[in-house]
Amino acid sequence: MNPYLTVGGVVIAGALLFVAAMAIRRLLAPQAPTAMKLTTYECGVDPVGEGWAQTNVRYFLYAFLYVIFAVDAVYLFPWATVIRSPELGMASLAEMGIFIGIVLVGLAHAARRGLLRWL
Amino acid sequence: MTVDLPMPRIGAVNDDAPRPIKLVLNWGRRYSLWVFNFGLACCAIEFIAGSMARHDFIRLGVIPFAPGPRQADLMIVSGTVTDKMAPAIRRLYDQMPEPKYVISFGACANSGGPYWDSYCVTKGVDQLIPVDVYVPGCPPRPEALLQGIIRLQEKIASETLSNKSIRAKYAGSRTAAAGEVTRPLLSKPVVTGRHTAGVPS
Repeated sequence: MNPYLTVGGVVIAGALLFVAAMAIRRLLAPQAPTAMKLTTYECGVDPVGEGWAQTNVRYFLYAFLYVIFAVDAVYLFPWATVIRSPELGMASLAEMGIFIGIVLVGLAHAARRGLLRWL
Repeated sequence: MTVDLPMPRIGAVNDDAPRPIKLVLNWGRRYSLWVFNFGLACCAIEFIAGSMARHDFIRLGVIPFAPGPRQADLMIVSGTVTDKMAPAIRRLYDQMPEPKYVISFGACANSGGPYWDSYCVTKGVDQLIPVDVYVPGCPPRPEALLQGIIRLQEKIASETLSNKSIRAKYAGSRTAAAGEVTRPLLSKPVVTGRHTAGVPS
């Protein structure tokens, strides 16, 4: 039997189970909506403002430096395993040079904004 | 202010379901009471003791610490209810789905307890929400809570939900509650034309 048939059967059975559970809930559950019940849950107080709010993104700095150093290292380690291979070595050296060059621009930008000072 | 909402009802099948189905539904409600813990004072410590290994009300099917009112079936108010806390209790009770039950745990939640003549203590949580079971004591021992839970389970087992009963329960809530009546903030009257009342021309 085609193994995808089994997967399809499992997916259909799961969907049917979900639909059955929701239909039975609709047929059996009591409902008594009031305006207070339908308001947003805010730990018992009135919701203030709207769903969207702007916050100060202070952690941008950490995210920025994380991308520069950690993500950089993630791509450098696998590169170390192929740098000696005759067919990939020189091409990957040039590509990593471009990659590190771009990341260095980011580091220079961080330094220019004063993010690398201790205080 | 009118509220345009569907009438309260129990499920379409539920109202004229045969008696065995209702028995099974009551049995399910009875033994899967998700608790919304409203711990307000020292009684909450006894409640927590009741939920822990020694007294262990989970063996009665009571599951403590529901994430919020929307997931809860039972509210246990344990502790001193103050007038400042009262609107929050009422709102959270309103936000629990049907069917819902309340246990008032301890002298303060029952009647104000030793603070009965305080200027800011609500004289019993039953002034705010309908209470199913009162557990007396100051504070009650966890065993008293177990007894209260068993009493509540007996009550759930013997109740029959119907469209009529649920509509009677919400008859007073169909028009606006005090918390829903709002008006815009005060502002200067809008001046229309050059000559307005009260302003000498």
